[in-house]
Amino acid sequence: MDMDKDKTAERVLRAQVRKRIAAASGFVLDVDFHAAPGFTIVFGASGAGKTMLLDCIAGLVQPDSGCIAIGDHVLFDAAEHIHLPVEKRNIGYVFQDLALFPHLTVEENVEYGLSRLPRAERIYRTAAMLDAFRVPHLARTGPGKISGGERQRVALARALVTDPVVLLLDEPLAALDAATKSRIIDDLRAWNEAHRIPILYVTHSREEVFALGENALVLDHGRILAQGTPHEVLSAPQQETVANLAGFENILDATVESLHADRGTMSCLLYQSESGVQAKPVPLETPLVRAEVGSTLRVGIRAGDILLAIAPPVGLSARNIIPGRLLLLERRDVIISARVNCGVELEVHLTLAAREALQLEPGKEVWLVIKTHSCHLMQK
Amino acid sequence: MSIDWQAFWLTLRLALIVSALLFVIGLPIAYWIAFSRWRWKFLIEAIVALPIVLPPTVLGFYLLVALGPHSPLGRWWISLTGHTLAFTFTGLVIGSILYSLPFAVQPFAASFSSIDRKLISASATLGASPLRTFFRVTAPLSKPGLITGAALTFAHTMGEFGVVLMVGGNIPGVTRTVSIEIFDQVQASNYATANATALLLLLICFAMLAIVYGLNRKAWLIAPIHGHGQR
Repeated sequence: MDMDKDKTAERVLRAQVRKRIAAASGFVLDVDFHAAPGFTIVFGASGAGKTMLLDCIAGLVQPDSGCIAIGDHVLFDAAEHIHLPVEKRNIGYVFQDLALFPHLTVEENVEYGLSRLPRAERIYRTAAMLDAFRVPHLARTGPGKISGGERQRVALARALVTDPVVLLLDEPLAALDAATKSRIIDDLRAWNEAHRIPILYVTHSREEVFALGENALVLDHGRILAQGTPHEVLSAPQQETVANLAGFENILDATVESLHADRGTMSCLLYQSESGVQAKPVPLETPLVRAEVGSTLRVGIRAGDILLAIAPPVGLSARNIIPGRLLLLERRDVIISARVNCGVELEVHLTLAAREALQLEPGKEVWLVIKTHSCHLMQK
Repeated sequence: MSIDWQAFWLTLRLALIVSALLFVIGLPIAYWIAFSRWRWKFLIEAIVALPIVLPPTVLGFYLLVALGPHSPLGRWWISLTGHTLAFTFTGLVIGSILYSLPFAVQPFAASFSSIDRKLISASATLGASPLRTFFRVTAPLSKPGLITGAALTFAHTMGEFGVVLMVGGNIPGVTRTVSIEIFDQVQASNYATANATALLLLLICFAMLAIVYGLNRKAWLIAPIHGHGQR
């Protein structure tokens, strides 16, 4: 057991990195974190510095200051003037656009990183890796002639065949459909079970965060906003930027009216945040957090977590039933986004079928049903 | 009418030697131009491009001075070999290398610059040294540019006149190239011979360029792969 612990410690990636991009833009990447073996999801909007962070770890970009190490093995240390060249770091990196070599076959691409091994070993390991990622039949094909999903598999195989000490994945599955994506994720998980190295997985997709997540960190404007399990980071965010990233369509101000420690809840009054219009505050029961009566918090509610009824509902467990009037119905892809005025304005997502069945039209009187635990509280 | 075959062989030999040497000299210069981030790089690019716009006589004149007995290089060469570099075949090679430099370096550098940098980064993350990356990724993907550069150097050297006249003079079998031979024939009013020689030179250069453009037609796709699931 202790042995295992030591081994794990040897493999932990530590990165403390500061890098300023051209002074004019003012963007500074400034992060300090540990990544244990297993998946660490790096989550953030585009421009948050995710790719820059991976480039620093891979050695493609030299940070201005800081230190990057895997266990005791130092890759970069500004103070000690250590900057190990990219090719000596043994870090697997799958780029967003994959960067397969167009003039080599699939097999040659995967074999590329094995040039120091004897020929027999190269052939053996390449074949085994093509098998593991289910693309052995494509060995002699050029990367330009295979599908997007197959390219992702080849890119993963090429990065992993070298037995890297850290794996960096920059939105490797962004362009794929859900089914292909989940099959590749399964194969990647299987590989990870066997090898256990730190894997930094960059994405801006919530689904991928939950599918892969053991550990997640949220990056915004070059800084880490939150770190923890995906659930901790995304479901109960502490900061509003995280909430925006996590997809809360409704973010409102709320003042705390009373605390009910015995029930684990508290009563709040909702206000519309942005509009200066004095609207009727809406009472809302939320989970209990450490807050003072009279203080103002922010509440995030996902549009998909709100139920809509056309008659006052009875016999529900949900504590918040709020009457209102439909303002607007808008079709977005396969959902209907409804805006409801109930003193504050809330966005609710419905299916196309629900709209038909309930014969929803603007102006119709409706009741919104919100579970206590669908209300996520944040610092203002 | 008699074509001076000696001049043809001399010219061919000169063009082959210059192409081979410029390939070796041009690659590192082009690589540096394509990948360096030095802020004054444009100055070097301008110097490399000078022979395109400079009259051959200007280049030839400076070369003559530089290779002659009054320059350190010329004196060093004389102490080594006992004669000056000017009006020798070696002098001709040096002059032609400088004169054809942009014709090699510019296509090389252009094709290096057009390579997707991510491919070079990918090669490095897979443990390849810069040298291995060059031979396994950069050079193979630049093949059309490398062929173009070598062929342009060859064809350009085949037809050069001014620098050769200035640096090499007109010594049969040593420095008399085809273009000078044509000039001589015209001066002597041997238009038939001049015509035959000129036509032959034209055909050789055309064949050379046709082969190059034919080869490059089947060039690899350099563009990065934009994979979004379509087959």
